[in-house]
Amino acid sequence: MAKITYIEFDGTEHTADVKPGLSVMEGAIRNNIPGIDADCGGACACATCHVYVDGAWRAATGERSAMEDSMLDFAENVADNSRLSCQIRVTDALDGLVVRMPESQH
Amino acid sequence: MATVCHRLEPYSSAIPVTQPRVVIVGAGHAGGTAAALLRQFGHEGPITLLGEEPLPPYQRPPLSKAWLKGEAGAEDLFLKGDGFYTQHGIDLRLSTRVEAIDRSGSAVVLEGGERLPYERLILAAGARPRRLPLPGAELEGVLELRNAADAERLKSALGPGRRLAVIGGGYIGLEVAASARALGAEVVVLEREHRLLPRVAGQDLSGFFCAYHGARGVDCRMGAAVAALERSGGAIAAVRLSNGSSIDCDLALVGVGAQPNLELAQAAGLDCADGVIVDIEARTSDPAIYAIGDVTWRPLPLYDRMFRLESVPNALEQARQAAASICGRPAPVPEVPWFWSDQYDLKLQIAGLSFDPDRIVIRGDVSSARFATFHLKDRRVLCVEAVNAPAEFMGGRLLIGRRAEVDPERLADSAVSMKEVAA
Repeated sequence: MAKITYIEFDGTEHTADVKPGLSVMEGAIRNNIPGIDADCGGACACATCHVYVDGAWRAATGERSAMEDSMLDFAENVADNSRLSCQIRVTDALDGLVVRMPESQH
Repeated sequence: MATVCHRLEPYSSAIPVTQPRVVIVGAGHAGGTAAALLRQFGHEGPITLLGEEPLPPYQRPPLSKAWLKGEAGAEDLFLKGDGFYTQHGIDLRLSTRVEAIDRSGSAVVLEGGERLPYERLILAAGARPRRLPLPGAELEGVLELRNAADAERLKSALGPGRRLAVIGGGYIGLEVAASARALGAEVVVLEREHRLLPRVAGQDLSGFFCAYHGARGVDCRMGAAVAALERSGGAIAAVRLSNGSSIDCDLALVGVGAQPNLELAQAAGLDCADGVIVDIEARTSDPAIYAIGDVTWRPLPLYDRMFRLESVPNALEQARQAAASICGRPAPVPEVPWFWSDQYDLKLQIAGLSFDPDRIVIRGDVSSARFATFHLKDRRVLCVEAVNAPAEFMGGRLLIGRRAEVDPERLADSAVSMKEVAA
């Protein structure tokens, strides 16, 4: 299990144990953590699971794929550390990961 | 019990307001999302969510894709995690069929006679697959795909060497065809019209999908009107076409569209067309009753018309509208309708709807399966169909929402980025 901390825009923190193999988005949905909408259910089709990866974790979470990059290019409030959380696969190496959520996914 | 229905006015009233009792009929993507949003928006009154299926709200799109191929399990489909409905005080009642809506008594009547009073009702009854009005439609091995039980039947019937006849070249049929090929089945797609996706895609996209499926071993036959399903014992053995030819098969998937489940609304006297008629806040002709999702005949403000949409984004948008209205929030900004489909390694994303286009612009390279078709009218983008082209989808969606005029030559020029085109 990897412990992942999800921080809502208003600062509310949620920590969940997420099974390796799931995506960071699925970890939030299964643990009923608000702030990640994931309208398309993880198909990388909608850009409503946008998160900011905390600085120290950027290397461990890898690079955006080309598709993800294009989707994010048109999303709101995108920063260098923006990712679509359906595209970050959880591994044991991500134990301790911290992600923050934007004000809105729409 | 007569109850006054209060519209919540969060900033205006010092008088405590009773939060209305909400009953939601239908626990699909729309109903489940509406229940969750009501709580997220601060609704504290009772919520009852009624579902006919034995499962809590789940995602249907993977049933023809990742789930069918065995890449996703049942628990991957649920909209919410364990305990969500209990934690949020949502009374989720599964395997529960609604018999009637008693508007004068403000109650929903369940099968068996139980009455559930409501102050606000959300009708999220969904749609069901159209059946073939043909001999043999009831045979074993003739399947449809709408819910998890249908998907279980289809999955257990598919496998290497099995011969599948897909009746109807729409999204469901093509997604199942692609998944069935991945599982080693032999697939024939039978489409009555002269092209695939006749109701939902432009000519260029239809042609592309036909070629792509063909190159992956799917036998796509156009102008193929089914006359009968032939039997061997109690099971299907072949599909006979109106031209007299017949296609041997072990199973057939019927994907010829869906019809809204209107019976409850019609019997209750709600105004209906090809769906329950709603306004931009998802209200029906009865101000205490909302309707959301596939069952609705809804306004499309960007296109100045009413329409019925069958899609997850539509279900989510209308769930937001109804929940916002019940909670006294401002109506959400109307969204650009959108859709997606995954087949093989193709990601198709569509934004908007192509009503009477006067020009089609193709951007990108069709032969390398990275392109988009833009449907224009009076230089405004009505619709974009993007294949492995997410920037075109996202940029196109912005242009549609803005009703902005575009220069077709620039739009067609891949050297100009979508970001610049949409700027």
